[in-house]
Amino acid sequence: MIELSGVTKVFNPGRPDEVPAVAAGDLRVGAGEFVSLIGPSGCGKSTLLRLIADLLPPTAGTVTVAGKPAAQARKERRYGMVFQKAGLFDWRTVRRNVELPLELRGTGRSERRARAQEMLELVGLSDFAGHYPAQLSGGMQQRVSIARALADAPPLLLMDEPFGALDEMTRERLQGELLRICAATGTTVVFVTHSIDEAVFLSGRVVVMSARPGRVTEVVEIPLGERNEAVRQAPEFFEAVTEVRRALRAPKSEEAPEAAESPKNTSVPAQLEAS
Amino acid sequence: MRRALGSLALAAAAAGVWELYKWLGSDDGTTVAGVRILPRADDLSMPHLWTVLARLGDPELTGGDPIWQVLLRACLTTLGIVAVGFAAGALVGLVLAVLMERFRFAERGLLPYVVLSQTVPLVALAPLISGWGGTIMPQWATVSVIAAYLAFFPVAVGLLRGLQSPPPEAVELMRSYSAGWWHTLVKLRLPAATPFLFPALRLAGAAAVVGAVVGEISTGTKGGIGRLVIEYSREATTDPAKVYTAMLGAVLLGLAVTGLLVGAQRLFARGVAT
Repeated sequence: MIELSGVTKVFNPGRPDEVPAVAAGDLRVGAGEFVSLIGPSGCGKSTLLRLIADLLPPTAGTVTVAGKPAAQARKERRYGMVFQKAGLFDWRTVRRNVELPLELRGTGRSERRARAQEMLELVGLSDFAGHYPAQLSGGMQQRVSIARALADAPPLLLMDEPFGALDEMTRERLQGELLRICAATGTTVVFVTHSIDEAVFLSGRVVVMSARPGRVTEVVEIPLGERNEAVRQAPEFFEAVTEVRRALRAPKSEEAPEAAESPKNTSVPAQLEAS
Repeated sequence: MRRALGSLALAAAAAGVWELYKWLGSDDGTTVAGVRILPRADDLSMPHLWTVLARLGDPELTGGDPIWQVLLRACLTTLGIVAVGFAAGALVGLVLAVLMERFRFAERGLLPYVVLSQTVPLVALAPLISGWGGTIMPQWATVSVIAAYLAFFPVAVGLLRGLQSPPPEAVELMRSYSAGWWHTLVKLRLPAATPFLFPALRLAGAAAVVGAVVGEISTGTKGGIGRLVIEYSREATTDPAKVYTAMLGAVLLGLAVTGLLVGAQRLFARGVAT
């Protein structure tokens, strides 16, 4: 579904404020996979997501989405995007927010209605179709935003810390719902998070990144099988969490030893990253 | 209802202050160290309010129409001029705001001139614009041009802020749908700008009224309320109440324009809500 090879992103190249954000990223994500990107803040995980989404052009390397260059995939709307802030349009009702991608595609009114209704049922908000975003809680807004992203029936969902601003209970409930929705629709997901628990619970694979320049240091397989609330208490879950935590703290690979960076990587308490 | 009562109470209080000062104040005004700090309270400077109201019913000139009719006609004439000027100004403001949002260089290049335009004394421009009257446009339209010149500014500046108000996620979202500039403008930027647009339009309405009144005076256009203010003020020494009737007309015109814009905003809000 996604293939990144040798992808590099440098902001403001050739200027004094040049920032190498992502270095030589290689990543493959298969269809139907749920992959999380995790790393300390500023490690370029959001940048990597935006490279996949073609919201940013790579400085070097190629990004392929669904067998096409990322730019073409964006033009063909092969993915839906969910941000940390729900980013709903205040002046539109919930239903009309979900209809937005269909509207831009030129879908007819009645079909739009039906599709939006279907999506709102999927996220359990069909009773709130006529409400305005300001009347909903943060968790509900984020569910609307997921419904909006899925309205176009894209094969790929790109999520940038979608539950980062929610409280723990809401967040866990939405994680369960997201897995259910993705299983029902067969959507591939790339999920950026800074929570180890969240990454482990949701993903088949967790891609661990390190900062400045952001690079993939390790990919951790999560052999947990079917996810349900019981998994959160399973010993295998905690083993996987420990494994990801170890990968996050691990010193960088030999080709880029940065003495100044390594103490930071090892000294950041895992609780901080998970919070 | 409550607000209407409040406004009436405020108007009554203002009338009370006027009459109270007239009763207490010195006819010659109060002078401190050779500077008059309070106005004269004699009938010539501050006629009784009832004299002003009574004057409304009397003929403008001996044998002519009563003043209120003359004022009403003048106000309607000016209202038409204001409407044209307001519409043209709002349109120019809209185009400028959209241009400045679309092209960063346009914002950098145009915005200083937009601000500068408002510092040019209107009176200096009036003769130039007045010269267009009767040739490329009717005389009244030159007044509209001056009204538009004042009205476009708040719209251009306010709408630009509004168009730039969507957060980066919203803009990225539209990009992720590969929505072009036009769709992003129509579906995102313009709706997001409406909370900025209506206050700007109200400012533009007030500016258009001021522009029309001043424009009528400085271009010498006949038939409007601004012209009446000037004409009547020549009779200030013989018929002081008459000057105030014209001012009253100008004030009511401003209120009417503001009221119309508030009404339009309500209608719009209702249209969006349904």
